[in-house]
Amino acid sequence: MNKSAALDATFAALADPTRRAILARLATGEASVVELAEPFAMSQPAISKHLKVLERAGLISIGQEAQRRPRKLEVKPLDEAVDWIERYREIWAANYERLDALLEELQAKPAKRKRKKT
Amino acid sequence: MPKPLEVTLPSDREVRVVRSFNAPRQLVWDAHTKPELIKKWMLGPPGWSMPVCEMDVRVGGSYRWRWRSDEDGKEFGFFGTFTEVNKPARIAHEEHYDPGDVGGAMSTEPALISNDLTEKDGVTTMVVTMRFPSKEARDGAVSTGMTDGMEMGYVRLDETFAAVA
Repeated sequence: MNKSAALDATFAALADPTRRAILARLATGEASVVELAEPFAMSQPAISKHLKVLERAGLISIGQEAQRRPRKLEVKPLDEAVDWIERYREIWAANYERLDALLEELQAKPAKRKRKKT
Repeated sequence: MPKPLEVTLPSDREVRVVRSFNAPRQLVWDAHTKPELIKKWMLGPPGWSMPVCEMDVRVGGSYRWRWRSDEDGKEFGFFGTFTEVNKPARIAHEEHYDPGDVGGAMSTEPALISNDLTEKDGVTTMVVTMRFPSKEARDGAVSTGMTDGMEMGYVRLDETFAAVA
């Protein structure tokens, strides 16, 4: 998967509240499918479907233990998504900070402002 | 101090950004409608300039924004048409993403962006609402780089990390 496609998959996987709850649960430690299904009013196959999506996005992996096949959280794609978002958040924060400064400057010397009809 | 950027998701197809500025709304309006002012602040990532900023601010008038990388000369931008112009309170436009040579999908249907300004005690609050043609388009906007859609991913991650942290 290229970087953009990987981000798409991460964001799509995060777009569902059940999947976010599953990730939040896995952040506290690995868990089997049965354990993951417990807090949800959902069948095991329905949970498995969500797990498939998370797995395809690389957000979870399946542990060694053959019997329980526990799922565990993979943080790398989350880190990459956060980096990406943070970059763009910074860009906009920086844009608006520049706008703050510009507005201040415009108010400091109102006489110099040329009014153009818009 | 102005309040920090506030981002919400009012619906599947929308993103809303709220930001306050210590300035009368006429000035905030000018900063969003006059090319010579826009070019001073809407610069994008470090190392990018905004060589093209054309604004024909009237209903049916068009606009074109383009950014260029100093490093390799690559460009991308947005263009579209103004659908509402109610100076200095509200302006709305239809927006198309222009991938230039940066990449990302060219939008087939435009996003609808509105910008409402209210002023109280010398502070102007700006509410930007972006409505995408579909949830997929909104989600897609996230992967195209410096689109407004990025905010939505941020909100989503916020929720996730509030739980994970």
